[in-house]
Order: sequence, then C-alpha cells, then structure tokens
Amino acid sequence: MKLVKYIFFDLVRSRFVFFYFLLLLLFTGTFILLQDDVSKVQLSLLNIIILVVPLVSVIFATIHWYNSAEFIEVLLAQPVSRKRIFISEFVALSLAVGGAFILATGIPLLIFYPDAVSLLLMVGGFFLTIIFIALAFWSAVFTRDKAKGIGLSLVLWLYFSLIYDGLVLMLMFNFSDYPIDKIVVVLLSLNPVDVSRVMVLMKMEMSAMLGYSGAVFTDFLGSSVGLIYSIVLLIIWSIVPFFWALRKFSKKDL
Amino acid sequence: MVKIRKTVLAVAFLLTLFSFHIEAKQILVSKNGNGISSLKTALTKVSAGDTIIISEGIYPEHGILIHIPVTIIGKNFPVIDGEAKGQIFYIDTSLVTITGLIIQNTGFSSMDDVAGIRTQHVSHITISGNKFLNCCYAIFLAASNHCIIQNNFIKGNPANQQLAGNGIHCWQSINCDINHNEITGQRDGIYFEFVQGSTISDNHSYENMRYGLHFMFNDNNRFVKNYFENNGSGVAVMFSKNITMLNNTYRDNWGASAYGLLLKEINDSYVLYNHFEKNTAAVYMEGCNRIVFSRNDFIQNGWAIRVQASCMNNTIAFNNFSGNTFDIATNGSLSLNIYSGNYWEQYEGYDLNKNGIGDIPFRPVSVFSMFSENMPESMVMMRSFCVTLLDKIEKVIPGVIPEDLIDNSPMMKKINNAYPGSGT
Repeated sequence: MKLVKYIFFDLVRSRFVFFYFLLLLLFTGTFILLQDDVSKVQLSLLNIIILVVPLVSVIFATIHWYNSAEFIEVLLAQPVSRKRIFISEFVALSLAVGGAFILATGIPLLIFYPDAVSLLLMVGGFFLTIIFIALAFWSAVFTRDKAKGIGLSLVLWLYFSLIYDGLVLMLMFNFSDYPIDKIVVVLLSLNPVDVSRVMVLMKMEMSAMLGYSGAVFTDFLGSSVGLIYSIVLLIIWSIVPFFWALRKFSKKDL
Repeated sequence: MVKIRKTVLAVAFLLTLFSFHIEAKQILVSKNGNGISSLKTALTKVSAGDTIIISEGIYPEHGILIHIPVTIIGKNFPVIDGEAKGQIFYIDTSLVTITGLIIQNTGFSSMDDVAGIRTQHVSHITISGNKFLNCCYAIFLAASNHCIIQNNFIKGNPANQQLAGNGIHCWQSINCDINHNEITGQRDGIYFEFVQGSTISDNHSYENMRYGLHFMFNDNNRFVKNYFENNGSGVAVMFSKNITMLNNTYRDNWGASAYGLLLKEINDSYVLYNHFEKNTAAVYMEGCNRIVFSRNDFIQNGWAIRVQASCMNNTIAFNNFSGNTFDIATNGSLSLNIYSGNYWEQYEGYDLNKNGIGDIPFRPVSVFSMFSENMPESMVMMRSFCVTLLDKIEKVIPGVIPEDLIDNSPMMKKINNAYPGSGT
C-alpha cells in the first residue's frame, strides 16, 4: 500500500497526468458548453472515450514503465516481491490516469446530464483506461527495447480501435447471406473498445436503428443481461492481460 | 297582373302555414324527472329538425338508432354508457349533429366493428365537442360525405390491444373535415381509406398503438398543422396522389419499426413546412414519385430521409437537416431525385463569395448508411472509428455512394422554416 501511495503521488505530481486531466476537462467543458443537446455531448464524448482515452493510457503507461525501470530494479533489491511491485505500479497508474478521466470527464458529465448514458460513458472510459494500461504493461514486459515496446502498444491500440472493426465489417459483408449475428456478438466481445461502444450506444439510438433484422443484438446486448455481460467482459478484459503480464514479469530475467 | 299578385299571396299564405307546421321543437332528456328519461324514447318523439337536449347524468343506453335528422346537444357532458354491450349511436340519416356528450364503453368484439358513433350512406353529419372513452372505434364514418368531426377528445383503452379499433375511421367518404381532435390510445388515431377531398387539420394524435394517421387509397386530401407524437409506428400514407402535408409535427416516433412519416406509392404530393424530431426514420419513401419536400425541419432523427431506389423525380429543397444520425439513406447506386439548397449540419464546406451558399457540393449519403441499408445488422458497428474514417474517405473520393446524390448548393446557415403567419 505504501508503494501504491508513493507511485501514485509521484504520478500525480508529474506534468503528464495533469495535462491529460486539463485536456479532458477542456474537451468536456467545450462539448457541454457549446452544444445544446444532451445526446450530441454524449456522442462527442463517446468518440473521445473510444479513441483518445485508450491511446493516452497505452502510451503513457508504456513510457512510464520504461522510465521506472531503474526504480523497479532498485526496489527489487529490497525484500519486496515482484508481484507486489507490479500490482502497485498497475494500481497506482490506474488510479492516477483513471482518476484524471473520472474527475475531468465523468463527474462533469454526471453533474450536467445525470442519466444512464453518462454513467455508462464513465464506466466504459474508466475500464478502457485500465484495460489499455494492462495491455501497455504487457507489451512493455514483452520487450526490453523502449522503442519496440511503444511501437507494440501503438499497434495494439490501432488494432483494437481501427483494424479489428474493419475486419469485422469485412466479415459481415462477405458472409451477409448467412446468419452471422451470433458470431458478430462473440467477435464484438473480443474487443474491449467495441464492448464499451456498443454498451453505450445500446442505451442511445442504436437499439431502435438496428430494427428487426438486428434483433439478436438488441435482445441480447440491449437488455439488462447484456449490460451485465458487457461489464463482466470489461472486467475480464482488465484482468487477463494484467495477469498475463504479471506472470511474464515474475519469470522475466531483468 | 292581378292574377300574379293573387298567386304570390296564395303562396305566401301557404308558406306561413307550412312554416308554423315545421317549427322545430326542443325535447329535454333528463334523469331528474322534468323530461324524458331515455334518449331512445326521445328519439321516437322527434320529427326532422328537432333538437334533443340531454342534461347531466348517466344514461346506460346502446344501439341508439337515429333515422330522423336531429340535433343532439349534451349539457354539462351527460354520459351515454354502452356498458360494453355494443354500438352506441348508429346514424342512418343525413343532417345530424351530435355535440357535448361523453360516449363510453362500447365494448370490444372481434366479430363487428363496434363504434361510439357509426354513420353509413349519409351526408352532412357534425360530431363536435364530444368525449369518447374506452370505445372500440370512436367515430366510424362509412360512405359518409361532407361530415365535420371537430373538437372531440378520444381516448381508447390500450389494455385491449388485440381488439382495439381506430379513433376516427373514415371509409369511402368525400369532403370530410376532421379538425381539432385529440386522439390517444386507439389502434390508429385517424384511419382514412378511399376518402377524397378531405382535410385533416389541427389534430393531436399521440400514443396510439399503431399509427397516428393511417391513410390508404385517398386522393386529393390535405393534412395541415397536426401533431403526431409517440405513436407505435408514426404516420403511414400509402397508395395515394395529390396529397398536401403542411405544417405538421411528427415527433418521438421511436422504435424498431417506427417512422415519422411513411410514404408508399405516393405521387404528385407536397410535404411542406413540417417538423420532424426524434423519430427513428423521419421520412421513409418507397415507390414515390414527384413529391416536393420543402421547408421542413429534420432534427435529431435516426434517419432524416430513407429514400428507396424505387423513388424518382422527387425534389428535396430548402430543408434543414441537423443532428440526425444519417441525413439521407438509400439502397441503390442510382439517384433520380433532386437535392438542392438544403442546410446540412454535417456540411464542412466554405463560402468564399459570401452568398450564403457553400462553394463545394455536399454528399448527404454516408457510405456506412449504404452498408446498413443493405445489411441492417452492420448498424452494430456505428460510430466506431473505422466507420467514421470510411465515411470521411468516401466523402472525398466517392466509390460506393451514388455519384448523383449530391446537393450542389448547400446552405451555410439554417433556413427559417417557420410557417408564414404562424408568428414564430
């Protein structure tokens, strides 16, 4: 716990988290002040949440890991287990970056528009922060080379926010003669960005616009079971890369 | 000369005699003793042109047949209660007026269309200022011409979804005027079939199970300044020509198969000064030709206009499109409709010569709306970064979207589409 506290305050004092906080606050503030309509504000913020939040989280976490390599090595010389160091780093980083997001975006949004969509946006954004920090740790542990590590995390970000959706769209097109709805649900579950996007949009216009041909999606993802499903998926998505990275880190020859 | 004078005198004398004879009488129907206590009995004592005044109270009657032209006036809303036993009024003769009644509980039947007031093969019926509560059909006009239905309040019973009928049902009639009615909780708020030359105006039709207005095979009609809100499937206008839709509001018709205005096989019609807000699809067009859409506002709809490829020679000009997920969607690669001078909120062009018209054309169809039109399930990918990127690329280099679907003179500023003379 002491370790978490120490890393956390170190992070909060660093300029980066502060700038990130300001940037998000600026976005949220402009959206709320300049747009007159709730759903427009929420949609603009959704774009920020599925693009900017993962990008910043993944890059910052990777850089942070490499920058604290020496600090970690010093710590390892002390009687502290690797697991504990790793968990502390992760928790502190999640608290700092995720906290910045919640303070700058989540809270103002909930104050101005207290509804289910705002809450889901906040939950989705926070989970995406954690997930992409975990992915960043995974790629940072994967290679010792800083440039390679950052490259790898960038590729991961690009994959989850762009390439993956392109592939799903292509698949839907090529197999549009077949009933692939259920497969698409599974595929969407395999991408945390899609999970949070669909989770939010199902509470907005998507469920009506899917119509009857998209009934599989609406019935499953649009229901309260779907909501629980999405959140469970997001939790799994935060845990799995984290433990994978932790296992790697524990065995790694530093 | 004298002869003529005599004839005139004789005729005048006869006329005075006659007029004495037909002087309309008033008959009072009342529950407290000073009159006849039953409407049915009163109707047996009337002659043409008489007035029946019903005073306050509950009259449990049904199957009231009116076959003499009379005026029925309710004082302080007397209640004619059908007690779920069947039809309440059946009007079998022209020139009948019914006003100021509460007509309730017709009962529901899957065999007959039971109505609060039914008219058949008559003309010049006026039904005004009544309240219809829990009726299967409230007003059922069959082959009834020159009827005026106004200021009625109609509230159905949404619990009875299977057997519910329509609020104002108008079949094979000419020159009817339906205005200032409030209709809710029925199957269709207003139902028109084979009706000609009629006007539907200033009605408020909301929260009906199916359509706010259901309109089939009616030529030469107008609907003006109606308010259609939150109906199961919005408004459907089908198989008609020469329809004018003016200054109506369609809003909150939201759901998997809800449309603000569904147009199917409509020709030579006008859709002007309407306001479409928060509908899944504000306008859905199929097989429509030569319709002019002008000065309409499309605000925050899922789709503003879904034009199927079977539509041609329609003009969409001087409308405002703002906050819609998709402005225009179509399912074909050929566009035979004209889009010009609209304000598109999604337009990102510039106006160097400051004439209020954007210098670069606008393509209102996004590639993703094309995808989803052909494959509705792909809607699940909406607003993903990949889709946004695809749309941007396609706007610059069109490949999938119809090349001709283009607004060459998009407006830079929102057009003021307030109806002339409406003040706002």
